Amino acid sequence: MNIIVCVKQVLDPEIPPAKFKIDPEAKQVIPPPGVPPVISLFDERAVEAACRLKDKHGGTITVISLGPEKAAEVVKHAIAMGADEGYILQDAAFENLDSFGIAYVLGKAIQKIGGYDLVLCGRQSADWGNSQVGSILAEILGIPVITLAGDIEAADNKLKVKRIVRDGYEVLEAPMPSLVTVSNEIGLPRLPAGVRIMIAARKQVPVWTAQDIGAESSQLDKANAHTEVTGLSVPTRKTECEIVTGDTPGEAAANLASKLAKLL
Amino acid sequence: MDSHKGVLVCGEITGGKLAPITIELLGIGRKLADELGEELSALLMGSQAGGLGKEAIAYGADKVHVAEDRLLDGYNSDAYTQVTANLCSKVLPAVVLIGHTDIGCDLAPRLNGRLGGGLAMDCQALSIDSAKLLVSTRPVFGGNANATMVSKSARPQMATLRPKTVPPAERDDSRKGEVIPIEDKIDPSALKVKVVDRIKEEVEGVKLEDAEVVVSGGRGIGSAENFEILRELAGVFGGAVGATRPACDEGWAPMTLQIGQTGKVVSPKLYIAVALSGAIQHIGGCLGSKYIVAINNDEEANIFSVAHFGIVADYKEVVPALTAKLKDLIK
Repeated sequence: MNIIVCVKQVLDPEIPPAKFKIDPEAKQVIPPPGVPPVISLFDERAVEAACRLKDKHGGTITVISLGPEKAAEVVKHAIAMGADEGYILQDAAFENLDSFGIAYVLGKAIQKIGGYDLVLCGRQSADWGNSQVGSILAEILGIPVITLAGDIEAADNKLKVKRIVRDGYEVLEAPMPSLVTVSNEIGLPRLPAGVRIMIAARKQVPVWTAQDIGAESSQLDKANAHTEVTGLSVPTRKTECEIVTGDTPGEAAANLASKLAKLL
Repeated sequence: MDSHKGVLVCGEITGGKLAPITIELLGIGRKLADELGEELSALLMGSQAGGLGKEAIAYGADKVHVAEDRLLDGYNSDAYTQVTANLCSKVLPAVVLIGHTDIGCDLAPRLNGRLGGGLAMDCQALSIDSAKLLVSTRPVFGGNANATMVSKSARPQMATLRPKTVPPAERDDSRKGEVIPIEDKIDPSALKVKVVDRIKEEVEGVKLEDAEVVVSGGRGIGSAENFEILRELAGVFGGAVGATRPACDEGWAPMTLQIGQTGKVVSPKLYIAVALSGAIQHIGGCLGSKYIVAINNDEEANIFSVAHFGIVADYKEVVPALTAKLKDLIK
């Protein structure tokens, strides 16, 4: 089966909060120096889901990423994991798009690639986390969508998807092609083998512009944006933490116990 | 866009009653509608919807649209999207409010894709600005920052609201309103995804969301076996055990115990965070706790910045002693 996975390169979400800085005027985050961006967590799980399906059923995995040329790093990471081809979607007109704009560009690229049985996205990005590109993309492509997948199986030209809900899961069946958004319950992503890392390093990752994918400028016009960020702030949290001590950890624990017993 | 008016709440029914999130949405929806000087309507779906129309009115709705169809018993993404999109195309609401729940997380973005509106997900505050636009405030970058968002021209303006962020609407049975049945039948050819099964995974003991005390473990716990040390502590309080995403990913705790941005949000009286660094994505799931206690051998761990009490030491030396002492004190 042929799978297309959409991945995004994001600021490392594990940076300590003290290093997290914003420009409130520009409503942008200032990337801390020396911290390389990473593949968005759930997108990496989507690549993993694609690799598992390929391991079982064969076929190809194509990865696309809307972002700067540097985003080739996350495409190459996906190739190292097991993807076959990758493309960067980059154009001045693609910068600061809202979810509709992003879904439109991804949709155009996916239509250009064509011949897919399944499109995978992460459930949400680790940065802005708008949590809607996948669903909008499915509407644009006119294919069914299943969100929050914890497992994906393919058989008889159908997809069987475990959708994670609060107190368990749903088992859903969808025709192909469909779009599925992947949650971390799918499991940990594989560590790329050395050979695959070498293959990925040598792989060309072509850049597609608006013209290459036939994206119309009217669809990318910021004046037509569906949503706009009007403010960005860092919440202040003021908690005084009382460090409870003792001669031994056990004694500190006993002292803490006395304090907690009074609170309840 | 002047043709779009009013606030529409997409309701949820659980156990034959209005879901708590729906009563919360009716409360905030009433406020927003009053500020706009417009109507508040609600949509209820499922074979029990008709009987709950009056309830929704008592909680603040002026109009309740009810779609009573067996196909709508239990969430079906294709069917819910169809009914909701059709209603929105007909009544043209200015604002659509949906719960940030299993249903809303799926329905809202799809509905938005179909209607071409402007959607903010997982909001923690909603208001109306001087231009009568919906202002949605939501955490971004895993909770490191808050963003406010508006839709200047796209309609409807949509938001999913995180449960328990606003008080529930007050019930007033004397309120008057209108229950309007939706006559349109669901087009079965548009139902592409089949719901084969719904599996409930019961967790033993008290539910995480209901527990007064939650003991939570992270990457530092080291193994599934070591979670037993946390279960013993939780047991003293009759509390529940939770875990961070990395601990769940490792398979040390069931996924249903994941606390954080994409897991469960808890607000117990006491939250004991053990061997977890306090990633911002995790803190988002426990910040509503009355008291947070951190036990971690790294004094630089971020969890201490939100904790009220802390011990800097190896949890394996602390937690069993804490459990033993508390057993003596709490009887």
